Amino acid sequence: MHHRSATTESAPVRWLLIGLALLALSLFLFLPLLAVFVEALRRGVDVFFASLQSPAALSAVRLTLTAAAVSVPLNTVFGVAAAWGVTKYRFRGRALLLSLIDLPFAVSPVIAGLVWVLLFGAQGWFGPWLAEHDIRIIFELPGIILATVFVTFPFVARELIPLMESQGSDQELAAVTLGASGWQIFRRITLPNIKWGLLYGVLLCNARAMGEFGAVSVVSGHIRGKTNTLPLHIEVLYNEYQFSAAFACATLLGLLALLTLGLKTAVEQLTHQRASRRT
Amino acid sequence: MSKPRVIPGFGLSLGFTVTYLSLIILIPLAALFVKAGGLGPAEWWRILSAPRVLAAAKLTFGASAAAATVSVGMGLLVTWVLVRYRFPGRRVLDAMVDLPFALPTAVAGITLTSIYAPNGWIGHYLAGWGIQGAYSPFGVFIALTFIGFPFVVRTVQPVMEDLGSELEEAAATLGASRWTVFWRVILPALLPALITGFTLAFARAIGEYGSVIFISGNLPMKTEILPLLIVSQLEQYKYREAAVIAAGMLIVSFALLFFINLLQRQLNWHKR
Repeated sequence: MHHRSATTESAPVRWLLIGLALLALSLFLFLPLLAVFVEALRRGVDVFFASLQSPAALSAVRLTLTAAAVSVPLNTVFGVAAAWGVTKYRFRGRALLLSLIDLPFAVSPVIAGLVWVLLFGAQGWFGPWLAEHDIRIIFELPGIILATVFVTFPFVARELIPLMESQGSDQELAAVTLGASGWQIFRRITLPNIKWGLLYGVLLCNARAMGEFGAVSVVSGHIRGKTNTLPLHIEVLYNEYQFSAAFACATLLGLLALLTLGLKTAVEQLTHQRASRRT
Repeated sequence: MSKPRVIPGFGLSLGFTVTYLSLIILIPLAALFVKAGGLGPAEWWRILSAPRVLAAAKLTFGASAAAATVSVGMGLLVTWVLVRYRFPGRRVLDAMVDLPFALPTAVAGITLTSIYAPNGWIGHYLAGWGIQGAYSPFGVFIALTFIGFPFVVRTVQPVMEDLGSELEEAAATLGASRWTVFWRVILPALLPALITGFTLAFARAIGEYGSVIFISGNLPMKTEILPLLIVSQLEQYKYREAAVIAAGMLIVSFALLFFINLLQRQLNWHKR
């Protein structure tokens, strides 16, 4: 008979634990995901597509894409610069800088919106000056972008810092010895090494940017067809009891989430295969 | 004492990092604290001791703590199964754990509400047992657990994967039962990661807005959370109230993270 190893559980216990975990995850993850699509199609395919093609929905999609198109590149450049700075050099205040980069994770999205209202709102510090010069930030696209940038600030940096830390700087140092310039080192050595981690960081940053709700809700002013992003449009529809339309728009963001997770898994498998081939 | 900085780009990368960090995060947050701090202790006390604020604070911190605790239990079970066992569909399950990270909070909010509402898939079973799912403090707890538990899995998973089997084998050789090994060998090794996971889930839950406001029903004094209270103050143009509540929330969150960081260091120090 086959003896079971001393460091694993008996088969019944094993299957019980697997069953429990599956049950928990089905109730908690699969059911909500399924519910999005079931609710969206409850009143038929026609209603589903009509909700997606309404002018308000199209304008919301456009605004969401615009906000992400500005904030994701900004935070990507920041993420690369920050990761380069804190992993290639040792300096005083480095630990502090690392915790400050993580700070937005501990700030409620609502507060991430509030700070911009306090700075640029009508009652805010720069409010009178902005009004004088006829510049509008709050309840307009710039406010939505600022709120999105705040909330998605750490995503790329968080992904790159542990990766670059574990890779070390030996290759970069060798390149310096051989006379390469900083830009050459980054483009020819660092970037190829971090490209998959960078891609994943950008994906996560983008998913959060397109899905951000609390921060954007505070600064947007909820002007339909004008300053409603997709998540805000979903809220408006839901509060008007247009459930099918709300869930129809929610499927777009649900698909974006699934796409993000799928790409993430693919990227992980790719890097894993490379790593095991190298050793 | 400091090594010469051989790799070029020190000034550029850190200069940009610090400038951008200041403009986007530090100055705006400082503006909030200046605004709130300028009001004086009496005003702070008046705003924060209002019954509606206290009720919201109790719900926010209570439900977040409960959700983070349940997340630790559920996260540990899921991580254990993902790391230690091989079964069909494991990879899909592993990928799906991140769903709450990737799914926008508003979508999570309306979906969980539809499932846990009295006529929803799970809600009508709960109603049969006399439990109200959505539109109750329990609903807030459900949403916060959904948001929090991936943090536990993702912090515990790498630690559990690196856990060698030597200690477990030694313990088994010495006659320890599987349960004793888990309780005395494995769990202590996972404790720092579990605490980090708890903290991350807790900190996220305190600030969570999108997934909660749909499922909670937003009844003042009953199911209203602090972030929603900030929004409702803002909608009434009560900027000072909003700033003070926000500053109070941030102080508590930062203090909490700082305290748990200290605890963490203590634990790691003892291990060494």
